[in-house]
Amino acid sequence: MIEMLEQKITSADHPRELVVDVMFALQNYYGYLTDEALEEGARLLRMTPLELEELATFYDFIYREPVGKFVIHICDGVVCWMNGYGSVINYLSEKLGIKPGDTTKDGLFTLLPTACLGYCDLSPAMLINGRAYGPLTPEKIDDILERLRAEIPKPRMAR
Amino acid sequence: MYPQVLFQNRQPNRIATIDEYRQSGGYQALATVLQKYSPKEVQQLVLDSGLQGRGGAGFPAGLKWKSVADDAPFPRYLITNIDEMEPGTFKDRVMAHADPHMIIEGTILAAYAVSAEKGIIFVRPSYESSALILEREIRIAREAGYLGKNILGSNFSLDLIVHRSAGRYICGEGTAQINAIMGLRAHPKQSPPRSTEKGLWDQPTVLNNMETLINVPHIIRNGAEWFKGLAKTKTASGTKLYCVSGRVNRPGCYELPMGTRLREIIEEHGAGMSPGSEFKTCLPGGASTYYLHKKFLDAEMDYEAMKKVGNRLGTGAVIVFDQKTCLVRATLNLMDFFVRESCGWCTPCREALPFIRDLIWRIEEGEGREEFIPMLRRMSLHTWKSYCAFAPGATMPVTSLLDHFPEEVHEHISQKRCPFKE
Repeated sequence: MIEMLEQKITSADHPRELVVDVMFALQNYYGYLTDEALEEGARLLRMTPLELEELATFYDFIYREPVGKFVIHICDGVVCWMNGYGSVINYLSEKLGIKPGDTTKDGLFTLLPTACLGYCDLSPAMLINGRAYGPLTPEKIDDILERLRAEIPKPRMAR
Repeated sequence: MYPQVLFQNRQPNRIATIDEYRQSGGYQALATVLQKYSPKEVQQLVLDSGLQGRGGAGFPAGLKWKSVADDAPFPRYLITNIDEMEPGTFKDRVMAHADPHMIIEGTILAAYAVSAEKGIIFVRPSYESSALILEREIRIAREAGYLGKNILGSNFSLDLIVHRSAGRYICGEGTAQINAIMGLRAHPKQSPPRSTEKGLWDQPTVLNNMETLINVPHIIRNGAEWFKGLAKTKTASGTKLYCVSGRVNRPGCYELPMGTRLREIIEEHGAGMSPGSEFKTCLPGGASTYYLHKKFLDAEMDYEAMKKVGNRLGTGAVIVFDQKTCLVRATLNLMDFFVRESCGWCTPCREALPFIRDLIWRIEEGEGREEFIPMLRRMSLHTWKSYCAFAPGATMPVTSLLDHFPEEVHEHISQKRCPFKE
């Protein structure tokens, strides 16, 4: 993976254009953007770890702390709020036994309230490892969680 | 049913293929332009058509393109903005899943008009499926000779890529997006210099909303006058992808003539209010617009007409609120969003927004006082001194809450509780 990234970076006109791609690749590989991954990324991009950290902490979809195999980004935008975000997050928290922001003990699920995801036509909506679900009901949530538990986790982003 | 121009190939759960796009006349505009039109002629045609930028500001696309000087250096860049993070807005996603080649052709034509040799489609992470679709279809377009070196045998070459964001609202702002692409923290920049002079890697850069660009192939094929005639109002041109969400029966994205009345958008296309709901207000163009007073429900939805009623068309994403929804709480939700998404670069935005959020939170929690109202107004005014349009937009729901729903705010304060809570 590192060689592949190195090759991509060397052949790029502007290596820094790849910074988000590199962070995503490292994050997929390590599960989250660990301190080691951050340093590795900085070395590859010829940036200082601090410069990369500035970017890593800026973005909603870069995880600097351990996350579960499935990251549930639940939309707390105004439309989803109006359409039942409150009961959805309560249901998910109860069902998974975690508070928003936490990860289940088995390391499977992380629950993250996130800015409007752009699925207002499917509201209330959530995004799990890049896939959108909605409009959510308790039955649908049960079904989704059950299916995910049975599934071998796919990479978080598609590359 | 109105003529469907942008959504002509839209089908449920199906992405139009390159062949389907071609059968509907796709890539004919590109062939015509490469044979017969100079970049200047394309610019002029788009200017004559009255096409206004669909990202929210409504700036004439032709003028933006013309602002690239004749002797501007090369390479030049063209950026297609699919960052779309304005709450209530999802048109770009619907479009990418309906007819990706229209986006690609629009981008190529815009690049030709400003003589750009590299195009970048900037996509937010929650639209990963759109990014994948576009990457696949770009490959297909390249194999068909619409991209790459000497497109369709002409002298024009264009390399087009998808650039992924890792998610932050401010990346939708043009200059912040350019910084984001360069691997810098996505803070906005002020002109001068303009991006069209010194943008990406200090080179001339034109950044357009995706929806702006998909109109271009049709303008070239059918002419400026035809395009103007699509709109219902004289002050606008073309059609618009309106998004409807909230308390309506059929939330979705609908292509309607520019200047369609708000009432029609909600009652006919959004299929009216949800059972048990009565219309109270709406944000007509995403979160960075003003709550609309009910008396303006018959307003025409274009840039000029919305300005006339003291509002903004924004992204044309109509978020509908009903009589059971607490607008103080809704505004608190919006402020939570803006406080979190502020890039924090300039003081009025970084400091005023959390302050406003706190006052609204206190009002909602029954700890509000009457003197908070002038404080909210004053702080909202301060945000107009901020660096970019983010903070003024963020306070639009706040000031319109005070303007149009003062009783609701006063009730919270006098009853020392949210009257909507059981």
